[in-house]
Amino acid sequence: MLNPKPVEPNMYRYDEFDARFVSERVEQFASQVERRLKGELTEDQFKPLRLMNGLYLQLHAYMLRVAVPYGTLSSKQMRKLAHIARTYDKDFGHFTTRQNIQYNWIKLVDVPAILRELADVEMHAIQTSGNCIRNVTADHFAGAAADEIEDPRPLAEIIRQWSSLHPEFVFLPRKFKIAVGGSPHDRAALKYHDMAVEIVRNEAGRTGYKVLVGGGMGRTPYIAQVIGDFVEKDDILSFMEAVLRVYNEQGRRDNIYKARIKILTNSLGIEEMRRQVMVEFAEIKARGSLQLPKAELDRITAYFAPPKFETGLSDEMPQAGTDFVNWVKTNVSKHRAPGYAIATITLKTPGQVPGDATSAQMDTIADLMDEFSLGEVRVTHEQNLVLPHVRKKDLPAIFARLKDLDFASANAGLITDIIACPGLDYCDLANARSIPIAQGIARKFENLARQQDIGELKIKISGCINACGHHHAGHIGILGVDKKGVEFYQLVLGGSGAEDASIGEIMGPGFGEHEIADAVERVVNVYIAQRKDGERFLDTYRRLGMAPFKDAAYGKVAA
Amino acid sequence: MTKLIKSGAYAQDAYAPVADDAALPDGPVLVSLARFNKDRDTLLARNTPVGIRLQSSENPEQVGQDVHHFALISLEFPKFRDGRALSWARILRTRLGFTGEIRAVGDFLYDQVNYQHRVGFDAWEVPDNFTIEMFQRALTEMTNVYQPSADGKKTIRDLRAAR
Repeated sequence: MLNPKPVEPNMYRYDEFDARFVSERVEQFASQVERRLKGELTEDQFKPLRLMNGLYLQLHAYMLRVAVPYGTLSSKQMRKLAHIARTYDKDFGHFTTRQNIQYNWIKLVDVPAILRELADVEMHAIQTSGNCIRNVTADHFAGAAADEIEDPRPLAEIIRQWSSLHPEFVFLPRKFKIAVGGSPHDRAALKYHDMAVEIVRNEAGRTGYKVLVGGGMGRTPYIAQVIGDFVEKDDILSFMEAVLRVYNEQGRRDNIYKARIKILTNSLGIEEMRRQVMVEFAEIKARGSLQLPKAELDRITAYFAPPKFETGLSDEMPQAGTDFVNWVKTNVSKHRAPGYAIATITLKTPGQVPGDATSAQMDTIADLMDEFSLGEVRVTHEQNLVLPHVRKKDLPAIFARLKDLDFASANAGLITDIIACPGLDYCDLANARSIPIAQGIARKFENLARQQDIGELKIKISGCINACGHHHAGHIGILGVDKKGVEFYQLVLGGSGAEDASIGEIMGPGFGEHEIADAVERVVNVYIAQRKDGERFLDTYRRLGMAPFKDAAYGKVAA
Repeated sequence: MTKLIKSGAYAQDAYAPVADDAALPDGPVLVSLARFNKDRDTLLARNTPVGIRLQSSENPEQVGQDVHHFALISLEFPKFRDGRALSWARILRTRLGFTGEIRAVGDFLYDQVNYQHRVGFDAWEVPDNFTIEMFQRALTEMTNVYQPSADGKKTIRDLRAAR
């Protein structure tokens, strides 16, 4: 079917206030760009202003990061993202670990026009960078997952509005990332966030929010700690404002590497942090203006109402050949509605750049969204896309279309489903390239039977210590370093970004760019040889510790 | 050179800044927190307005209830990326109930004036080329706001409810 009519999914829609806010913000930024182009703003002055609107200066060009709030996109928005890639960039975009999309080859003069086009489809680039509250992320299976307590997106939208141009928190000590999850299984890397909200049910059966603070990656990784066990729903914005105020007042400003809330949390200690937050919280709550009435939460929740799922569908998985069966094994997840499924499109075909999609691929995915997924797609923090609501009987047709797109790899959660930062190919912070390393490893393990035998194994690659590729949270993490002008790659084992979060341990000296894939293979072989019934790589590592993996990686024993 | 914008217009600065070791001149004075702590009783006994200038690292709560003795609290932005004073102004207005002048001084940009205004600043020490017209424009680029702050402005949620 060509050019299907766009389906409007159940998601937040701008009213006249949101629309006016975003369009005035676009014009405000356009005038900042104009002042910069006229020389009225120095680059030093312009930098925090452009960053607050998602505009970076990279190695070769400006990069524009567009917000995809909590990873939810409509087909109309996806087509606009394709159009922007085609018109203003080199015909592709890159889906990121914070559920956003970034364009790597943008001209400064084009930015106001791009932002106006985005505003037409209720999108923006507000606070996708800079020392402010960043675009809020959420579980990419929200509203579809079988294990969900409540959909996290209504709260995420409420946080988006509260944090947009918050006058008190626009010049924080450092960036501030918030994530929201609604299931016991953490698909949003909650414990690696500056602040995270987990929707929980208490003993009385009431739902509320568990709040965590002080997680983060970078050069000093920390797992977030619980600061509020059970924050009542109407208190949540007051509570968050209290956390932010303590951080704004006391976060370090003398050293950008010690400025995140994780450092403050750990220098104060979680008890003292909680005490201070509770003092602020009591006062903000008493004033009342930030309390969230149930009616407002209900109003926002209504936008995300579950779609009208068809009833009477067969819950059997259709048969469509071996490739299809393989794809279903890894890329199809359990949906809450009978006869439906969640389909993950991995943007990780071995050899491709993780997370990249061309305008043609984006357009075709928009068509698939309309035809098969009620007009909706999600961007995941693992740089993949998700069709959240598909009928099982349509899966063979979807799979066939994805094959044509070269996005049908049956590798979600497997060793070739690699997260990688842009690295030295684009980023001026990087010490080493990430993309070719990811491509090399993916090619080495391309054989699907072997990938399936290895099972769940998350490889995450960062081209520098800032850890945008989440290497601390990889079952196998890889960190690129520069040694006297030569790229080396350190192995980091045993990290996890899920509900069993842990920080990976550095193995030792790095490997050369042509050695790292072989070193990974030797580490994986230790797992294959030593695993016990049903253990994932991570479980075997946790049982055995670093030693056998290290010996094998450095060739001390035959593995 | 700098000039003062207050209540939306240029204003005369009535306060004489006094160095920590200098003698107190007649008339309204502006002193540091250290000087105030040292000469508190003398300063309050003079029957003339006292202003205090706080560094971005100085939480106004350190002044305690003495805050109500000041006619002016000057909050410093040592560099425009330092947003602590945004919280200090907010606390002064909404926690301490300070109703005097809160003045932004130091390194800040045109683009920050609206945020400062929202959290409670009502006076700005600006460079000579900063016009009243620029000031007015800074406050009106964004019509509506999502969050309550010290300016008491109706939020978008309030406006929705009133439709």
